Amino acid sequence: MKRFCAVLAALCLIHPALAREAAPMAEDPVVEERLVKIAEELRCLVCQNESIAGSQAELAVDLRNEVRDLIKAGKTDRQVKDFLVARYGEFVLYRPQFKPTTYALWIGPFVLLLVGFVALFSYLRKRSRKVEDAPPLTEADRKRAEVLLKESQS
Amino acid sequence: MIPELGHFALILSLCVALAAGILPLVGAYRNQAQWIAFARPATSAIFVLILVSYACLTWAFYVDDFSVAYVAGHSNSQMPTIFRLSAVWGGHEGSLLLWALMLAGWAIAVATFSRQLPDAMVARVLGVMGLVMVGLLAFTLFTSNPFERLMPAPAEGRSLNPLLQDFGLLYHPPLLYMGYVGLSVAFAFAIAALLAGQLDAAWARWSRPWTIAAWAFLTLGNSLGSWWAYYELGWGGWWFWDPVENASFMPWLLATALIHSLAVTEKRGSFKNWTVLLAIAAFSLTLLGTFLVRSGVLTSVHAFATDPGRGMFILIFLTFVIGSSLLLFAIRAPKVGLGGRFALVSRETLLLLNNVLLVVACGAVFLGTIYPLLIDALGMGKISVGPPYFNAVFIPLMLPVLALVALGPTMRWKQSDLKADLLKLWPAAVVGVAVGVATPLLASQWHSYAALLMALVGWIVAAIVLQTYDRLKAGKPTASWWGMQLAHFGLAVFVVGATMISVYDEERDVRMEPGDTVAVGGHVFKFLGVRAADGPNFSSLVGSFEVSKEGQPLSMLYPEKRDYGPGHMPMTEAAIDGRFTYDLYVSLGEPLTADKEGGPWAVRVYYKPFAFWIWGGCLFMALGGFIAMADRRYRLKLKPRPAAVAVGAAA
Repeated sequence: MKRFCAVLAALCLIHPALAREAAPMAEDPVVEERLVKIAEELRCLVCQNESIAGSQAELAVDLRNEVRDLIKAGKTDRQVKDFLVARYGEFVLYRPQFKPTTYALWIGPFVLLLVGFVALFSYLRKRSRKVEDAPPLTEADRKRAEVLLKESQS
Repeated sequence: MIPELGHFALILSLCVALAAGILPLVGAYRNQAQWIAFARPATSAIFVLILVSYACLTWAFYVDDFSVAYVAGHSNSQMPTIFRLSAVWGGHEGSLLLWALMLAGWAIAVATFSRQLPDAMVARVLGVMGLVMVGLLAFTLFTSNPFERLMPAPAEGRSLNPLLQDFGLLYHPPLLYMGYVGLSVAFAFAIAALLAGQLDAAWARWSRPWTIAAWAFLTLGNSLGSWWAYYELGWGGWWFWDPVENASFMPWLLATALIHSLAVTEKRGSFKNWTVLLAIAAFSLTLLGTFLVRSGVLTSVHAFATDPGRGMFILIFLTFVIGSSLLLFAIRAPKVGLGGRFALVSRETLLLLNNVLLVVACGAVFLGTIYPLLIDALGMGKISVGPPYFNAVFIPLMLPVLALVALGPTMRWKQSDLKADLLKLWPAAVVGVAVGVATPLLASQWHSYAALLMALVGWIVAAIVLQTYDRLKAGKPTASWWGMQLAHFGLAVFVVGATMISVYDEERDVRMEPGDTVAVGGHVFKFLGVRAADGPNFSSLVGSFEVSKEGQPLSMLYPEKRDYGPGHMPMTEAAIDGRFTYDLYVSLGEPLTADKEGGPWAVRVYYKPFAFWIWGGCLFMALGGFIAMADRRYRLKLKPRPAAVAVGAAA
C-alpha cells in the first residue's frame, strides 16, 4: 500500500492536471454510436468469429477506422455495408442478406413453427378420437385393487 | 513406460466395453441370468481401466513428459501445476479421454443407484452405454490417441493457448462434458425401453432423474462457459452465438423439452413415442456437436486441433446411431399405447406446446449454424450467420415460452379450465404489467423490448408466488415441485440479466493518460497508471483504476495486458467489480505511445447492469434440477408382488 501511495504521489507530480476528463477515442460521439452499431454486424475476417466491434486485431481496428471515415463522409449505414461487401464479399455480414439463397434461412424457422403447430393440433384431434375413456371398473378389478392396496400397507 | 501403461489400459477398456456392449443385451434378449449379471462387473472394470489410463496421462503432464506428443503440444514446464493438470483436457485427445472417463462414471452410477430396477432392464441400459463407450474409445484409440510418443522428445513443450490458462478451464469443459455424456444415459434408457418393448410410465420414472441430472450439468456447463467468455475475452460479451456455443446449446434446448415431456410420460403415460424420439435426438445432437467442433468444418474461438479423418469417423458413428435407433423406433413405436385421455385445455397440451416451441427454437439455431456450411458446400458462396440473425429469430420464439411458464403449474392435468386458471393468476398479470412499465421508467429510458421482457418476468415470478401459496395450503409439496419452481424462477432471473445488460449497458471507449477520469453509469473511473509485473509464465502490464461514486471511493480495479511470449496473441485480462445489481468492467486496450508505463492507453470502460443475474439465474435452474432429482419417489423400491400376480392370474 505504501509503495502504491508513492506511485500515486509520483503520478500526481508528473501530471499536475489531475482528474482531467478522458478524451473519447472518437471525436464525435454520434458517429461513434453509429460506428458501434454497424461494427457489431460486421465480421472480423482474420479472427475466430468475432465482430469488428469486439476484436482488437489490426484488421478490425483498420476496418473500424474505415467505417468511421465512411460515416463522416456522409454515407448511410446501407452504403457503408455495401461498400464493405463489394470489397470483402458477403462473408463480412453477420446479418445475411435476404435473397434467394437465404430465403430458407430467414423463413425456415417460421415455416417450422407453423408446421409444428399444425402437426400438434392435428395430432391432438386425431388422438382424442382414438383414445377411449378408461372403461368403468369391474368387480374383479375392484378386488384386485383392494389386494394391492392392502399389500402396500403391510 | 507409464504412458504405455495408460495406452494399454485404454486398449483393454475397449475390449471390455465390446463385451459389455454385447453380452448383457443378448442376455436380456434371451433371458440368461448369467449374461445379464455380466453388465455390472464389466461396467466397474471399464471404469477402473479408464481411470488408470486417465491417471497415466495426468502423470505425464505432472512430470512434464514431453516425449508424449499430446503433453508437448499442450503444456510446458513454466505453467502453474493446476493448469498443467487441467491441460489434460485442454486439447482434443485428452478431452476425449475425460469424456470416456465420465461416461464410465455415469455407467457406474446407473449400476449403483438402479438397484430397484429389474436386472434385465439395467443390463440393457448398461449394454447400450457399453456400445456408446465402444464408439468413443475406438474414436480415441484410432484417430486421437493421447499417448502417442514424439521422437526425439523436445526439451520444452508448446504452451497451452493462453485463453485456456484460466480457472474457467477447470470447471467449464468438465461440466459441459458431464451434461453431454449424461444425455447418453437418457438415450440408453430410451433404447433399452424400445428393446424391451416396455415403454411405460415406469420407464419414464427411471430415466427422469438421470435426464434431469444431465440437463442440470448442461445448464451449468453452458452458463459457466458464458461467464468465462464474459470475463476472459475482454469485451464484455456473454453469448456470441458462436457455432460451438450453439453446438452445446442445441442439446440443452432439446434436453429442456425432454424433461418436460418426460413429466407427462411419467404422470400420465402419454407422449411416449415423442419422448423417446426426443431422447434419441438430444443424444444425436451431442454427437453432431462433437462432429462440428472436432472435424474442422467450423472456425470459432473454440478451435480444436482438427482433422478430416476424425470428422469422417464421427459422421459414420452418428449415422449408425441415428439409423439404428430410428429403425428400432419404427419397429416398436406402433405398438406403444397412447396413454390417458386429455382435453385440449390441459397441462398435457401446454407441455406439448412448450415442446413444439423449444424444438422449433432448436431447429432455428440448427439452421443458422449449419446454413453457411451448406451454402459453402453447394458452392453458392460464403456467408456468415451471426448474432443479428439469431437474436432476430430466437427471441421471438422464446417470448411465448416465457408467457406459458407461469401458466403451466397452475393448469391441471387431463382437463383444465382456462378461464379459472387465468382468474387465479390475474394478480400475477397485474404485477407483470406494473414491472414492465416501471423498469424502463426507472431506467429513465423507454425501451419497449425491455418493457415486454420485464413484464414477462414479473408475470412469472408473481405466478410462482401465487402457486406456492396455493400449494402450501394443500400440504407439503414434493422435492420435484420445489425444483421445478426454483428452475422457473431461475429462468426469470436469467431473463432480467439478459434483458437489462443488452438494453441498458453503457460503454465508453476512451484515451486515458494517468490521472484522467471517465464517468460511466454514475461511476467515475480514475486511471492511476500502468506498472509492469511478472506472472509464472507471462509478463504483464497492470493498470490501476480507482472507482468512485458521488465522490466516495468505491473500489480499485486492476485490468491487465499479458504477454505469453512469442507465438501467442497478447491477452487482455479485464478487471470487474461485480455487484448485486451491476458490474463495473474495465479492459485495457493498446498503449497509444511507446511509453507504456507513463503514456496514454486506449481503455474500454463498461457499466453492465444485472450482469451477475444471467449466471445466477442459470445456477438457480441447475439447482432446481438437482433438487428435483432428489425427490424420494425416484428411490422407491419395487416390491416383489407374488399376491398381485396370483390375483392377476385368477382374474
